[in-house]
Amino acid sequence: MSGAKEIRTQIKSIQNTQKITKAMEMVAASKMRKAQERMRASRPYASKMREVIGHLANSHPEYRHPYLSERKEVKRVGFIIISSDRGLCGGLNINVFKQAVKEMKVWSEQGAEVDLCTIGKKAGAFFKRLGGGIVAELSDLGDAPALDALIGTVQVMLTAYDEGRIDRLFIVQNQFVNTMTQSPEVMQLLPVVAEDDERLKHHWDYIYEPDAKPVLDGLMMRYVESQVYQGVVENVACEMAARMVAMKSATDNAGDMIDELKLIYNKARQASITQEISEIVSGAAAV
Amino acid sequence: MAVTMHIDIVSAESEIFSGTATMMVAPAEMGEVGVAARHAPMITRLKAGEIRILNENDNTEKDFFVSGGILEVQPHVVTVLADTALRADDIDENAALEAKKRAEELLASAKGEQDAEFDYKKAQAELLESVARLQTLKKMRERK
Repeated sequence: MSGAKEIRTQIKSIQNTQKITKAMEMVAASKMRKAQERMRASRPYASKMREVIGHLANSHPEYRHPYLSERKEVKRVGFIIISSDRGLCGGLNINVFKQAVKEMKVWSEQGAEVDLCTIGKKAGAFFKRLGGGIVAELSDLGDAPALDALIGTVQVMLTAYDEGRIDRLFIVQNQFVNTMTQSPEVMQLLPVVAEDDERLKHHWDYIYEPDAKPVLDGLMMRYVESQVYQGVVENVACEMAARMVAMKSATDNAGDMIDELKLIYNKARQASITQEISEIVSGAAAV
Repeated sequence: MAVTMHIDIVSAESEIFSGTATMMVAPAEMGEVGVAARHAPMITRLKAGEIRILNENDNTEKDFFVSGGILEVQPHVVTVLADTALRADDIDENAALEAKKRAEELLASAKGEQDAEFDYKKAQAELLESVARLQTLKKMRERK
């Protein structure tokens, strides 16, 4: 019986792998549910924040906050790139990186330099290898990221913007479409892009209490933080969904392989039995 | 029918309230503000305290607690971006009292030692927040 033992050990080892991928799939599925809940819970805040900022960008304030006005010359742009800490989640991170690299290339062709802020171990490792100018790095946020943990990293980019070291700030992240689909998205954080709203076209301004500057400073900081936080929370949900799908297909593939190997094994077994019988029969005939 | 406006209260963790009202009272930084429908556009920061939402049409009143945030007023839409907002019924009085005690202890010990690293401002903010929480609770009790 040629190779039967080898096939048997191979089947055994694939079965072990399948057990692991199956377990990972189930863990990811349960984590995904929680992550999705968190994402849904924080979505209203992020979208309301965008709405308020949109109103503000359409107003005609006495004090024009630097985050609201476009800078003519763009010498340097900042990217906040959000990825996962761990791998084994299909093409999730690579898709984001590809999108980011594409965007970065567009800017460098226009003669602008690029500063990076990476969130998640994978982004850190990838862009270190690529040789990008990483100015801030954050990882090990866990499955339930806290807003506090982000503040420092976001602050680095905001200070850079305040001091004029970067003229534009983008965020690159995965958008959660559904369990099967996550699409990489690039969004401009700063300066704020105003959405045209016909109802707000007339000349108007807010009443600021107590004063425009402190109110807007606080609002802008919260705005950027909330968008980054939403990106991170969304990315966790994406990661879990992508991992679940990747592990499911790995489990299915392992099942297919086992079936194939079993077929080969059984054929080999039958062939050897047939051979043995024919040997015995021909031996008996010879006697 | 009194004119109504739409009110949204959201915090980073969840959506807390979304509905119509005729009047709302919020703890702005410069003092309490009352906002009725068709109010002029306004943005202000909120301090810790209670938000009251009144609806004259069906005579309901709702209370929420916020520990700070931002209030945006548009003539027919009011948005509260709360740092953390909780239903006033949810506030655990013991937890609030404990937080107050902790903050007071911290403040007291800081006065003695003058510890350079001690975050006096933070403790003060914590103290203010827990006092505001307790006040909200007290008011709710009286009304019941």
